[in-house]
Amino acid sequence: METMEFTQLQETVFKEVLPNGLTVYVIPKKDFHKTFATFTTNYGSIDNRFIPLGKDKPVLVPDGIAHFLEHKMFEDEKGDVFHTFGEQGASANAFTSFTRTAYLFSSTQYVDENLKTLLDFVQHPYFTEESVEKEKGIIEQEIRMYEDNADWQLFFNLLGNLYHHHPAKIDIAGTAESIQKITKDDLYECYETFYHPSNMMLFVVGDADPDHIIDLVKQNQEAKTFSQPEPIERFFEEEPPEVVRARTVQSMSVNTPKCMVGYKVTPPEKTGRDLLRYELAMELLLEMMFGASSDAYESMYEDGLIDASFSSELSVERSFSFMAVGGDSPDPEELEKRIIDTITEVKQKGFAEGELERVRKKKIGSFLKQLNSPEFIANSYTHYAFYDMHLFEASTILEEISEAEIKDLLLTHFEEEKRTVSLIEKKRAE
Amino acid sequence: MIKEKVLDVNKLAIHLLPSPKYKTTTLVLQISTKLEEETVTARALLAQVLKSATRTLPSRKEIRRYLDDLYGASFMMEVQKRGEEHVITMKMETANEKFLQDNTPLFQKSTDFLKSVLEDPYLDKEGDFSEKIIREEKRILKQQIESIYDDKIRYANKRLVEEMCKGEPYAIHAYGFFDQIDNLTTKDLQEEYERMLAEDDIRLFVTGNITEEEAVNAGNVFSLSSHPELHTPAPALDHVKTKPDEVLETDDIQQGKLHIGYRVPIRFADDEFAAMQVMNGLFGGFPHSKLFMNVREKESAAYYAASRYDSQKGLLLAFAGIEASNYKKVTSIIEQQLAELKEGSFTEESISQTKKMLKNQLLETADSARGLIDLYYQGVIGGRKRDLESWLAEIDAVTKQDITDCALNVSLDTTYFLHGEEEIN
Repeated sequence: METMEFTQLQETVFKEVLPNGLTVYVIPKKDFHKTFATFTTNYGSIDNRFIPLGKDKPVLVPDGIAHFLEHKMFEDEKGDVFHTFGEQGASANAFTSFTRTAYLFSSTQYVDENLKTLLDFVQHPYFTEESVEKEKGIIEQEIRMYEDNADWQLFFNLLGNLYHHHPAKIDIAGTAESIQKITKDDLYECYETFYHPSNMMLFVVGDADPDHIIDLVKQNQEAKTFSQPEPIERFFEEEPPEVVRARTVQSMSVNTPKCMVGYKVTPPEKTGRDLLRYELAMELLLEMMFGASSDAYESMYEDGLIDASFSSELSVERSFSFMAVGGDSPDPEELEKRIIDTITEVKQKGFAEGELERVRKKKIGSFLKQLNSPEFIANSYTHYAFYDMHLFEASTILEEISEAEIKDLLLTHFEEEKRTVSLIEKKRAE
Repeated sequence: MIKEKVLDVNKLAIHLLPSPKYKTTTLVLQISTKLEEETVTARALLAQVLKSATRTLPSRKEIRRYLDDLYGASFMMEVQKRGEEHVITMKMETANEKFLQDNTPLFQKSTDFLKSVLEDPYLDKEGDFSEKIIREEKRILKQQIESIYDDKIRYANKRLVEEMCKGEPYAIHAYGFFDQIDNLTTKDLQEEYERMLAEDDIRLFVTGNITEEEAVNAGNVFSLSSHPELHTPAPALDHVKTKPDEVLETDDIQQGKLHIGYRVPIRFADDEFAAMQVMNGLFGGFPHSKLFMNVREKESAAYYAASRYDSQKGLLLAFAGIEASNYKKVTSIIEQQLAELKEGSFTEESISQTKKMLKNQLLETADSARGLIDLYYQGVIGGRKRDLESWLAEIDAVTKQDITDCALNVSLDTTYFLHGEEEIN
């Protein structure tokens, strides 16, 4: 078992890689009532073209299949696994992102039993034609719910503008049409390829004893047999560096229009600590330009262009990366202009004295706040660990980042041909 | 287990919830008064104006920069409806110094800041709130009210409550009335501000790695009083309709939003409260509940199908996102689930499962600073002190008979359905 101490944060991380390839992390949190565990596969909505386990030719699977699989895992011969978690007083859930599928529970009692249930249900696929057909109605309603969600539409329109071929542009749940094509055999094929223990990570945060947890997981895994781990081959078409189109506008039944400006970012060729440092430096940069205490924020607020929904974010994922800035606005075209002007101006004039120190303090404080949450720790740590990064290094790295480093990022990002805009406008009465 | 300590510091009630596990310290001021049509909009705007400027930090930007320097202390102010009370919440969360390579006294500074927001606001030469800030915050408040419509689930919920509780204070949204905003003057805000300090029920909640002495010191910073003598809870009124209402509305949307409101004469202060929580848990509180199992799993008619119990007002609300063509089918499935609860048609196993889930939920809520404070504030608003331990014990003691008794008290009031232009069935 590997032990990593983070003295200033007063946190210790325990890690072990089991013989079958499964990586287990435990972070003890004394005095918490709850234990939170996630069991995550490094597989999400973008992994739609790959060579299935034991085959030699790539396949292209229907849109939304990773998410469909996530839904179907909760059922086995005996019925619904929510029932078992319920009997053990745990609340269970799951989510699918672009690059990950995570199954999770939190409970304040029967932690051992719940942990075994989590491992067992995710490692036991059971799909029938009938149950797959039945799920289509439920997922169709989930898709409809997102169709009525203007923020979701704004975001996926932006991704559609950014990417020519990359599957990040595909809605995570797929479409009402694409999910109709999914069969039980497709689900088994994806499952066998991507749910091998060597492609997965178990994360436990809470009032837990690391030795005990790791023993329990070991015993559980030793009782099961898995094929030899094989490297997974995934394919992505070559993606041009520039965007598909400069803007899209969609009309929806909303009172307040929305604007989001996006920049395509060439995925950084970095891993581990370097990648974390890059991400954190970019976040500091965005905070300096668009954070709540920036000059731009204050002037847009005073001019009635933004409200508390305004935000900026960088997303660095396996094989793609982008930035998005925006929010609700009564005048989305003007907001678009001001966002772009802000970047141009900062590029010319640079930042005021003391700006970096201020946002650095803010980031460190926010990071500490997030460490109160076992959910945050498990989800973020897993995300970073798939890229060989350690979340808890963030506060030390934040202290190290220099102004020169940030200036360099400012000058090498935000090119015009990588920019796109997504707007939601108010639908007029017909 | 966490024990609440209520301290009286110069007539201000300090609710101390010591919890050494947090890396931050949280201070929350809860300011409540009766929810009324005449004052609600002014109060919502007042909260926005107060958070925007203090005497020493006279602009939003200066406030934000000050907070950034306190290691990203987070400060937020929001208005909420709790039963028929209107609550202004001011929350401050700061890093605990011992996790930083810096020894600025963050707790003390955040207490001082909170005091200045409430007691020492920015006033211009004439002694008035800033016209500029009022103008800007009026726009924000209007946009907040208008944006409820943009989130269709939230909007449908608001419409249900408006229809169902017409004429009762509960029908009023915590943000107030759009049409009143433009007419509000500096003078209106000033009057409401003075009335608030003189009359409202004001309490300070503190959680984190904090001692009693530190909490008392924090209390001493304020010159506020809780005015308990002014707050005697009005008896709750039960409204039972002889004939339930049905409200159908259309919008340009893909999925119908079904929201059903029931009345329940059982509230937080009642002995039957825990049983009612279990009843709601069986009905639609969890993934093993009747609504989830029948509307979603059995019929594939929805992605979400759940219920929520408002124990301050005495309401049970059920909701689901469905095809408009399934309206009649789904409402009758939901009706059937309630009927089964009234008849006692549910297993002992499902009861024990629900109790475990509820207890788990309570303990998990108590793991977050915000959740912990909320649990104890419910007791203040609801008029009954219920600490975590006795709350858990009450859940354990609930019997099947208690649950059916609760279910028999639930009566349908209003069905609200927001759907696309297509035919409903």
